Amino acid sequence: MNLEVKIGGLKLRNPVMTASGTFGYGEEYSGFVDLNKLGAIVVKGISLKPMLGNPPPRISETPCGMLNAIGLQNVGLELFLKEKLPFLRKFDTRVIVNILGNSLKEYQQIAEALDDAGIDAIELNVSCPNVQKGGIMFGTDRKMLGQLITGVKNTVKNTVLITKLSPTVSDIKEFAKTAEDSGSDAISLINTIPGMSIDINTRRPRLKNITGGLSGPAIRPVAVRMVYEAYNAVKIPVIGMGGIMNADDAIEFFIAGASAIAVGTANFVNPEATTAILSGLIKYMERENIERIGSLTGSLDIE
Amino acid sequence: MSRYFRAKIRENLPLNRNHKLLTLETSSPVNEPLPGQFYMVGVNRGGYNPLLKRAFSLFRKTSDGFQVLYRIKGKGTSLLSSMKEGEMIDIIGPLGRSYPVPETGRTPLVIAGGVGMASVFSLIESIPKRSYVFYGARSKDELFMLDELGALCKGLYISTDDGSLGKKGSIAGVLEDFLDRKHETEDQYLIYACGPKPLLGLIARTASSHSIQAFVSLEEQMACGIGACLGCAVRVKSPVSVLQGSEQDFIYRKVCKDGPVFDAAEILW
Repeated sequence: MNLEVKIGGLKLRNPVMTASGTFGYGEEYSGFVDLNKLGAIVVKGISLKPMLGNPPPRISETPCGMLNAIGLQNVGLELFLKEKLPFLRKFDTRVIVNILGNSLKEYQQIAEALDDAGIDAIELNVSCPNVQKGGIMFGTDRKMLGQLITGVKNTVKNTVLITKLSPTVSDIKEFAKTAEDSGSDAISLINTIPGMSIDINTRRPRLKNITGGLSGPAIRPVAVRMVYEAYNAVKIPVIGMGGIMNADDAIEFFIAGASAIAVGTANFVNPEATTAILSGLIKYMERENIERIGSLTGSLDIE
Repeated sequence: MSRYFRAKIRENLPLNRNHKLLTLETSSPVNEPLPGQFYMVGVNRGGYNPLLKRAFSLFRKTSDGFQVLYRIKGKGTSLLSSMKEGEMIDIIGPLGRSYPVPETGRTPLVIAGGVGMASVFSLIESIPKRSYVFYGARSKDELFMLDELGALCKGLYISTDDGSLGKKGSIAGVLEDFLDRKHETEDQYLIYACGPKPLLGLIARTASSHSIQAFVSLEEQMACGIGACLGCAVRVKSPVSVLQGSEQDFIYRKVCKDGPVFDAAEILW
């Protein structure tokens, strides 16, 4: 059985990745999961300088999901390279770094440093709904998105470039095409969907930030639809995510068009979710006589 | 040994109309919990609503598992209260930083507000006949384990909001009175507290004005419990600004991993 997938020039042992922001810097889960078994670890978004994050409450549970407004709290580029990366290097897995900035220049500076450090791939975060500046403004304007991708692509020598698309656009196909045309090696989707929840007794928002990003099984059908649409619009690989809790959910994404999948909120509920999903995927492939995971991608039967 | 395991409910015992004592047994060996640590407990029988696990303090270690004392407050705890003997339940833990062990020669003053007793009981149990316990609740029927506590400590002080048992009013006032009487020299005391945040803030102030070191156990909305989601942020003082050129003098720490037990002097109340 062949579980290997290619994301641009990057070979992954298997198609199970972690979603940025849900797996810390890998270390947090190393006591629960053999990190060597993962296709890739996508770490928490990194900015040029450290970010404090938003005031609490930062999370709130919703039916079959959760809202978060962490506010991109992270250690910053320098500390990441010095203190977090050495730990990840000890494992035989791919390391993908999610990056964010307020300007093209900031994205380029981070990308260049990561490229020099020999990082396998960069995921451009252009879709975080929880900070005022940065991220989302690139993700919702096609012209700016194109300039950002081209600018970063020209900065890096070896690092594979993945663009994480925002779900809050009127036509995901157009943004997927922009990413492809601008030189992105792959796209990943979806990021969380902006949402809100109110305590009716106090009439206060449940998040201090008022709004937050919705994740979990509640958003899965939206994510599957967007992966399906994006897959049909571009030739570059699509990394699917959004509410994947088990292998069946993951398989749905492959059939819709994903070449690889990322596990996010499920890690919070079951710290072994990634490896459990991988085992379930292997069982499904055995049962269905699928020799190569790639043949499952986009195998939707609409007749 | 994994800190992710399944446990069997041996008993889910009602203590009053809205509090229960859950006794769990584990078949395989699990990590030994320490007083002040907590568990993430699955309450949804594998379903997705509610999605997230709930954090509960270790109440007491047993020979083949542990106990959790909880108040039925929302959807999660209502579901937990409906679970029956023999049901299996998903657990992550023990997690977080425990209460530091008091040095010999020091006298711990342990304060519990309401269901905060769930967190400090195992601490009191671990230092028999050494601590003074201050236990406050809304009314008499929300005070638990009084006989056990009486036998475990040097002195037990009670207060209730409605005056149905002990002194009427906040337990913070009872602690103040105690300290004003100065039983021992104050540098021998050490405070441990768990309860509603406003109470902990009061105790932190009392501790600071009497120059007594205090450790408090905090609560915050939590998704993962293991330091990954960054949801359970608490503001702590920071001597150096993390953000260059800004006057910010605090940073966020994680209740799940940097706590839940913090030195009260660190917290920005």
